[in-house]
Amino acid sequence: MVSHDSHAHAAPQGFIRKYIFSLDHKVIGLQYFFLALVAVFAGIFLSLLMRIHLVWPTASLPFFGEIKPETYLSLLTMHGTIMVFFVLTTAPQGGFGNYFLPIQLGAPDMAFPVLNMLSFWTTFLGFLVLVAAFFVTGGAPLHGWTGYAPLSALPSAGPGEGLGADLWIISIAIFCIGALMGALNFITTTLDMRAKGMTLMRMPLTCWAWFVTAILGLLAFGVLLSAGILLLMDRNLGTSFFVPLVTVNGVLTGHKGGSPLLWQHLFWFFGHPEVYIAILPAMGLCSQLLSVFSRKPIFGYRAMVYAILAIGFLGFMVWGHHMFMSGMSPYTAFAFSIMTMGIGVPSAIKTFNWLGTLWGGKIRFSSPMLFAIGFVSLFVVGGISGPFLAQPVLDIYLHETYFVIAHFHLIMGVASIFGIFAATYYWFPKMFGRMMNEPLAKTHFWLTFVGAYAIFMPMHYYGMAGGLRRYSQGTEVGWIHKLAPIQQFITFAAFITIASQFIFVFNLFWSMKKGEKAADNPWEATTLEWTTATPPPHDNFGGITPVVHNGPYEYSVPGAPRDFVMQTDAPVAARH
Amino acid sequence: MADTVVAREIPSVYEPSLFGTYSKKIGMWLFLMSDSLTFGALLYAYSYGRISTAGWPTPFHSESIVNATVMTAFLLTSSLTMVMAVRASVERNAKAQTLWLLATIACGAGFVILHGMEWSKLIAEGLTLPMFPAVPGHEVSAEFSSVAKSVPQFPSTFFTLTGMHMLHVTLGIVYLGVVALRRKFIPILLALWLIAWLATPSYSPFHYGVHVLLVAAIVISIILWLKPKVYDSSDVEVAGLYWHFVDLVWMFIFPLVYLMSARIL
Repeated sequence: MVSHDSHAHAAPQGFIRKYIFSLDHKVIGLQYFFLALVAVFAGIFLSLLMRIHLVWPTASLPFFGEIKPETYLSLLTMHGTIMVFFVLTTAPQGGFGNYFLPIQLGAPDMAFPVLNMLSFWTTFLGFLVLVAAFFVTGGAPLHGWTGYAPLSALPSAGPGEGLGADLWIISIAIFCIGALMGALNFITTTLDMRAKGMTLMRMPLTCWAWFVTAILGLLAFGVLLSAGILLLMDRNLGTSFFVPLVTVNGVLTGHKGGSPLLWQHLFWFFGHPEVYIAILPAMGLCSQLLSVFSRKPIFGYRAMVYAILAIGFLGFMVWGHHMFMSGMSPYTAFAFSIMTMGIGVPSAIKTFNWLGTLWGGKIRFSSPMLFAIGFVSLFVVGGISGPFLAQPVLDIYLHETYFVIAHFHLIMGVASIFGIFAATYYWFPKMFGRMMNEPLAKTHFWLTFVGAYAIFMPMHYYGMAGGLRRYSQGTEVGWIHKLAPIQQFITFAAFITIASQFIFVFNLFWSMKKGEKAADNPWEATTLEWTTATPPPHDNFGGITPVVHNGPYEYSVPGAPRDFVMQTDAPVAARH
Repeated sequence: MADTVVAREIPSVYEPSLFGTYSKKIGMWLFLMSDSLTFGALLYAYSYGRISTAGWPTPFHSESIVNATVMTAFLLTSSLTMVMAVRASVERNAKAQTLWLLATIACGAGFVILHGMEWSKLIAEGLTLPMFPAVPGHEVSAEFSSVAKSVPQFPSTFFTLTGMHMLHVTLGIVYLGVVALRRKFIPILLALWLIAWLATPSYSPFHYGVHVLLVAAIVISIILWLKPKVYDSSDVEVAGLYWHFVDLVWMFIFPLVYLMSARIL
């Protein structure tokens, strides 16, 4: 039995098999992309309500009325959960990874098309269940996206901790199953479906990033699934995994002997790799774009590959740095601290290689490139506060403040989102056959770039000055109240930044219909997706399988007729 | 294996795959890696509870241990019959393959039924979770109910670990059933669901747990509708990987949960 030949499947007939329950990885990629687009606007909307509440705590909003403190916590929980799971995990990996991993490897589809379809619909179901938490009695849960026990384990602990919290946990568990199916598919595809000549060290760095991200997902989501099952049992079967002897409003809960720390260990064993699941695809994409638009080979391809692998590996060693506050032994904290700072090394290797790629290049400042450079900027600025927080001594002061919020929003949130934007502008011509409007794209870039800094830089200072996170309002506390102008500035910056995202959405849908027709290779790039038709046919390469002769970054090769050599062109002498 | 021999005869348009094997097998190994992390987290939770709880009870009498040993024998035998099924599939002996698969299913079913009876007995005697309803008309053992009261971690970890494993064996039975009988297995599965649902009293956790079979029947129907196909020896081999893994997990659970909690007088 030859496995390779069994992957091909006939082009689907009929609307439902073609667009709804499609087995085509390209359609599934777009489904993931649009799911993330819906989710990101839901998440933005929740953050908007929070920003308004922080500045005008007693304001009465149309449809919502006055936001109560517990509602604020619900907003916070749902904002975090939607953004982390259904945007940052879904768009870069599920969306663009699904669409472009097989094409960049030269494969007709993913290794397991049915599994691929099931993984999207599982994720979609998870999203519906999560959104349903808003509409049940008591509303959405209060326990934050980290779901710390015992708050998350006791239905009597707060208004949203009843059915809403159950739905939240079930949604996460469903998401885990979908993500596991996806991860398994990505890894098998990368290992088993590369076209002739596409050796591992000729893969574009995007593929490396998706591959390592999938490995992280495969090992991390299983643990979160278990943690979710245990939490559901604590809530509904009366077990005491995470709940010690504790009272709610003076009433004994009937639990005893459990450990909230167990939840924190299980959660963060997943939670820290999750950070890299969000950021690695953006790193891979950024490496790709800096090379394409600088017309230079990526600086240090092998170093980049090893850095991605090192980041993935170290990502599993450092979960304890989220728990310095928990009273862990100083020796343990020391070990986690050293490991965490160790991640700075491969991260710095990547950053210097990006800068080395830009150095002396013939840079084309197209919109994807702007977002890629923006990513590098945000990654450095967001990352540099990492070593601060990696030290237990500083972390114990900063952990409950906005400093942490600023840190992870810059590096995990906005930087990854910039990766998603860059990917959208870069691959839009291949996906929809038209170019996006460039002036609108550049306006969108500058407003978002300046806006992101205007929101998150002041947050660092607000945090260092003692502004506490998770507080729904600071008017009652003297020293926080004095910092109110900073919060106002952040909120106004958020208004402008959020408004400018509508430029992106308008551009996206307008360009699908009215954009300038795109050539097959508008960016003059070398990887396989640009060798095929636009948009790609059902089996990606129209019945042939490409044969690869070159590495992915052969730009400005001396003696070559053009300043780029496609991966399928006649071989050039290796220069690395 | 026979597969790789065939693979070498047809020139491939792809790079050689990992270890020269086929996608489904890689996919199953990856699933097993992820599933071992899932079980790993549960075993970690068990160890965490056991170490941090003073006076961990050892309430299992020889009755439980003997029962669990018989269950282990069933499971180990099923691994043997699974190996025979894989061998029959490589020899392209369809009839023997089906028979050995059914024998594996029978051993697995024996395991699940014995385990289910054991659970029901423990619950009836008071080694139970707070939310499981009391069993009417049954004498509660003072020893078990004091264990459940003083160390709730014990029944919690016991039912979680063995329950998760039981779920895996059940899904394994369904998986092997589909590989052996394909579409014909769906009505059998639905009949099994209905019988089990009607046969279990409403206070039993299995009365609700059997709905797993219904969900499995629906998912399998969807998959077979999307991708109707004939199963070959590779499917049997891959199913075997899963089955042996589930056996292997039991080899951790049996000593940790049963033997280390045996009452030795």
